Amino acid sequence: MEMVNLKINNIPCQAPAGSTILEAAHAAGIEIPTLCYLKEINEIGACRICVVEVKGARALATACVYPVAEGMEVFTNTPKVQAARKTNLELVLSTHNQDCLACARSGDCELQRLCREYGVDKTNAFEGEMPERSVDDSAAHMTRDNSKCILCRRCVAACAKNQGVGVINALERGFETHIGCAFEAPLAESTCISCGQCIVVCPTGALHEKDDTGKVWDALNDPRKHVIVQTAPSVRATLGECFGLPIGANVEGKMVAALRRLGFDGVFDTDFAADMTIMEEANEFLHRVKEGGVLPMITSCSPGWVKYCETFHPDFIPNLSSCKSPQQMFGALSKTYYAEKMGLDPAEIFCVSIMPCTAKKFEVGREDQSAAGEGVPDVDVALTTRELASMIRRAGLRFADLPDEAFDPAMGEASGAGHIFGATGGVMEAALRTAVETLTGESLAKLDFTEVRGTEGVKEATYEAAGLTVRVCVVSGTANAGKVLDAVRAGEKQYDFIEVMACPGGCVNGGGQPTQPASVRNFVDLKALRAKALYDEDAGMGLRKSHENPLVKKVYAEYLGEPGSEKAHHILHTSYVVRERQF
Amino acid sequence: MRRFSSVPFSGTQEQEQQLTSWLEQHKDMPGAAMPALQKAQEIYGYLPIEVQRMVAEGLGKPLAEIYGISTFYSQFSLCPKGAYKISVCLGTACYVKGSGKIYEKLQEMLNITGGECTADGKFSLDACRCIGACGLAPVMTINDDVYGRLTGDELEEILSRY
Repeated sequence: MEMVNLKINNIPCQAPAGSTILEAAHAAGIEIPTLCYLKEINEIGACRICVVEVKGARALATACVYPVAEGMEVFTNTPKVQAARKTNLELVLSTHNQDCLACARSGDCELQRLCREYGVDKTNAFEGEMPERSVDDSAAHMTRDNSKCILCRRCVAACAKNQGVGVINALERGFETHIGCAFEAPLAESTCISCGQCIVVCPTGALHEKDDTGKVWDALNDPRKHVIVQTAPSVRATLGECFGLPIGANVEGKMVAALRRLGFDGVFDTDFAADMTIMEEANEFLHRVKEGGVLPMITSCSPGWVKYCETFHPDFIPNLSSCKSPQQMFGALSKTYYAEKMGLDPAEIFCVSIMPCTAKKFEVGREDQSAAGEGVPDVDVALTTRELASMIRRAGLRFADLPDEAFDPAMGEASGAGHIFGATGGVMEAALRTAVETLTGESLAKLDFTEVRGTEGVKEATYEAAGLTVRVCVVSGTANAGKVLDAVRAGEKQYDFIEVMACPGGCVNGGGQPTQPASVRNFVDLKALRAKALYDEDAGMGLRKSHENPLVKKVYAEYLGEPGSEKAHHILHTSYVVRERQF
Repeated sequence: MRRFSSVPFSGTQEQEQQLTSWLEQHKDMPGAAMPALQKAQEIYGYLPIEVQRMVAEGLGKPLAEIYGISTFYSQFSLCPKGAYKISVCLGTACYVKGSGKIYEKLQEMLNITGGECTADGKFSLDACRCIGACGLAPVMTINDDVYGRLTGDELEEILSRY
């Protein structure tokens, strides 16, 4: 790599040619603040918070897009730079709704933090007309409050570039500029896939999930309800971030302890349902292969992906596995199997899920997700990791000091295969462990399918088992999924089994996960660090295959019969719809 | 606020063919959205949702991106122009002579906001910059007719001529 020599704040350093001042400074231990910059997807130099002085340059330079050069002298912290950054912040504030105390992102807002760092001492340094800004709360999963939007366009970039959806854009011009859907259509009528990737990149409180914690508090305080909770695989790998623990800390035990102290009647693991999903999905796949069914089969665990497929690639609906997602399988079993076992009326059971995902809020309201009958949804409320953190705070639980506790046994036992569902490639690996052993009838010597691990957006591998060749593809980020489907449609690629997760890197980087500021997002591999927690947990377990989970065996033996049985189909499978592409 | 024209879309097969063949030829050109919208407006006279959908689908771009461009540049209009195009000069000289009030009054009389067209397709109203008739300020034009030294009282009589 060609390196150039430069000085930053008079200290000599080197940086790769073609890199930016921002990157060179970071490597030299100096953070330059940013608001609009998101590595690779939003490099537009618009917010001008990252301005620095470059010796000999006519004006201040935007460090996020300004390339380094041999002999360059950069000053990141001069009075001129500090004054410019402060003024730019004051200008942002001049049209910003300063309802900060009641804001979902208060204390966790990048704008708020920068105002503090740069000594903004007046919130009304520039007073004048305020633009008219609307709130769109039409969608099931999120709210957009444009009065808190700073027009950084990170959400626009995440939606268009990572997700290939492009449902929002900057509309109008100048003072009137705002983020919205085509023709100002409400989000609920748009092609939004509910993934929430816009939310996790938003620096302020302009985008946030619909707060459903009130419904959960009400249920917990209702003596007529039997309130149970399930936690998705990836939540244990991220919840700690909300309480100051390092990225990638596995807090399963403390999370369980917290949920129990919040008053849930049963604290269970979605990972058990992930094992159930594998039983059904591996069975469905082998059935399709043997009976000449539609291939490639594509996973259906990620509701953002499912909605994307239904909206943008409806010709692939027959390829989607008919399996419900683990969240919904858990809910369905809780109101059938568990209700029967506990002698409860399914209508009394209130099933809460803690998810890394905002599309899960959409999924709970989908059609054909009520195994116990009309009016009894499989899952009552889906909360994000962030919402759980807020409940734990409100309950006054000192998270770091909680003991490590175990899930309740009724629906709490899971295999390592279930745990890795939270990372891209995890569902595929879990399915392969079960499918290969089912095909060969022998125990696998090596359980790690490392070819499908890692955070790349598209991974391919071919496996042989019992004379059968299985070509697999693992995709994360729906923009990548769109490209893979285009290649399959055109006959350029042949696969038998495809795993898709809507969010880049999978659920560990889901739209419901703790927000991390751009300073972290741009320089730390969040996806890999969080995924490591799940793979480490799997590696340390004796039970690593879904089909060996004793609880799974018990549920089939006592209740469902065989994977793919009529009863299993009724409870654990679902159907899909073609969605109109209006806006 | 949702932005739809109150005038029903009445594009012809020929217009659609003209636009789609242009899009087919140019869809791989970098930065095709801007010229595509210019072409579409040249063909249809304005850019209603039906036309923007054709552009979005023809270029394989999200409708929100096309709509974003169409609302950024003032050369694009989401509403059709009327049979009689009224332009009120809001240039400096006209403005200090009260053309803003004329513009407001016309919006009230026609029951539309600037940039729109009446539901019957007869009049459309726009603001324009200096047309070089400052001596007649405040000035408006209706198609090629110029009306100057307006007070507001004569507007009803002027519109009744059309």
